[in-house]
Amino acid sequence: MLRDITLGQYYPADSVLHKLDPRVKLMGALVYIVSLFTFRDAVGFAAATVFLICIIRISKVPFSYMVKGLKAIVVLMIITALFNLFLTPGKQVLVTYGILTITMEGVKNAVFMLVRLIYLIVGTSIMTLTTTPNQLTDGLEKALMPLSKIRVPVHSIAMIMSIALRFIPILIEETDIIMKAQMARGADFESGNLIRRVKAMVPLLVPLFVSAFRRADDLAMAMEARCYVGGRGRTKMKPLRYQKEDYQAYLILAGYLGVMIAWRVFGARIWGLKLGA
Amino acid sequence: MGIIKASKLVHEYIRRDEEGNVESIQTALNKIDLEVQAGAFIAILGHNGSGKSTLAKHINALLLPGEGTLWVDGMDTAREENVYEIRRAAGMVFQNPDNQIIASVVEEDVGFGPENIGIPTDEIWTRVEASLISTGMLKYRSHSPNKLSGGQKQRVAIAGVMAMEPKCIVLDEPTAMLDPNGRQEVLKAVHELNRKKGVTIILITHYMEEVTDADYVYVMDQGEIVMQGKPREIFSKVDRLKKHRLDVPQITLLAHELREAGLSISRGILTREELEAELVQLYGSKKGNVNYTG
Repeated sequence: MLRDITLGQYYPADSVLHKLDPRVKLMGALVYIVSLFTFRDAVGFAAATVFLICIIRISKVPFSYMVKGLKAIVVLMIITALFNLFLTPGKQVLVTYGILTITMEGVKNAVFMLVRLIYLIVGTSIMTLTTTPNQLTDGLEKALMPLSKIRVPVHSIAMIMSIALRFIPILIEETDIIMKAQMARGADFESGNLIRRVKAMVPLLVPLFVSAFRRADDLAMAMEARCYVGGRGRTKMKPLRYQKEDYQAYLILAGYLGVMIAWRVFGARIWGLKLGA
Repeated sequence: MGIIKASKLVHEYIRRDEEGNVESIQTALNKIDLEVQAGAFIAILGHNGSGKSTLAKHINALLLPGEGTLWVDGMDTAREENVYEIRRAAGMVFQNPDNQIIASVVEEDVGFGPENIGIPTDEIWTRVEASLISTGMLKYRSHSPNKLSGGQKQRVAIAGVMAMEPKCIVLDEPTAMLDPNGRQEVLKAVHELNRKKGVTIILITHYMEEVTDADYVYVMDQGEIVMQGKPREIFSKVDRLKKHRLDVPQITLLAHELREAGLSISRGILTREELEAELVQLYGSKKGNVNYTG
């Protein structure tokens, strides 16, 4: 049951997006998130939708994979929508029932918020679906490098992330083994109420932690034995270098964000018809 | 001076209580003297707790001498400024294959060492390829280490050390967690490195079968070197080995028992062929022998 957990849900395919530099994709996800909060009307909404559809097409990742990511936040989406629906004050009151009032503004806010959340999840999951965890950590390390000037241990953080990714399957396997060993001796992980089940986890966690620390100790020694002394003086086997496509992608991103912001600032005037608040 | 030379090397594990008072002292290495010539294949034997792993860690400067001196490639391990160069000269392969693979792709793990010592990118690739070829792991280069068998993982670890081009490789019980097939795989790879690339090998183990091909064997017990010599000399002293809680290879044991029973068989038989030759000599022709291989 534990083996089903997958992290960094990479979907291998041969697309332009897969080949882009991870830094571009990180930036892209950021730009897209920002752009989602710039629109207030249907035109901006349409632009964000078109952009997202194009990206999904280019990525060659089946749409169903992205929907999977949405399942996890269904509850969050419902709560957000409900709060927006009932708690937005406004002039155009549509329904009043007891203390609950639904206003026109509320409906609009709820819809936009829901759309924003869905787009946000789908947009960022495209990044994780087209980038391997390793590329992602490499990209993060390189992108955050300037922070190391103010003593942020960027290299160490990236190294910790990539080691964590490497050890997740090993620790999951180990959990499985310990669980089976405990079950063979009569431990019961599956019945009883929540509290009982959590309690049953304690004898599982203790040996798991002990072994994780032992592994960490071993690994640190193995790294030291291979001359690891931190990021200083290190060369890269797979250095990140921008290609022509990466610059083009940056241009497209900049163009997209520019249009979205411009529409936010001037759009309402051109449109003449004010939809936003 | 040989590539590795120890002189009266002492290491003590000191256990302290919460106030920092010494609770107990365990001497893991007691005045070890040894010298290894470049290009040799050395085996260090000993049962659990004999201090052999401690010695291995000293060679890589992971532990520092309490007393005495250890020189690796002419450098004193006790001097802080030598540590980095010593680790470049003497690579180390550990027991648990899972806990020494750092990256989640085979080739990236092999590249980890060269990255650390600042090799330019192009050369890293040539080194990675060369060491994957020499350990026979090239076709797994883009695999995840999690999907490999124990023997394959250990070969990746050896390739990772090889890519740093050390003069000497210390293998600390590299086969202890492997099945017999994996054990063979790893030993074959190690022997090939020694023969083809002339890398000095120090193999630490408690499997007697693994040391029969070594140039020289040290036997450790309770932190001391209690026996040393060529494998044949060592294995001819079956009773002494037993005293140090070590088993001899089955064929050597059989030869020993036959000898004890009164047959005139020479000491230190290492392989089946040797025993067969001896028996043929004793009883004439090979004809009519029971086929015991079947």
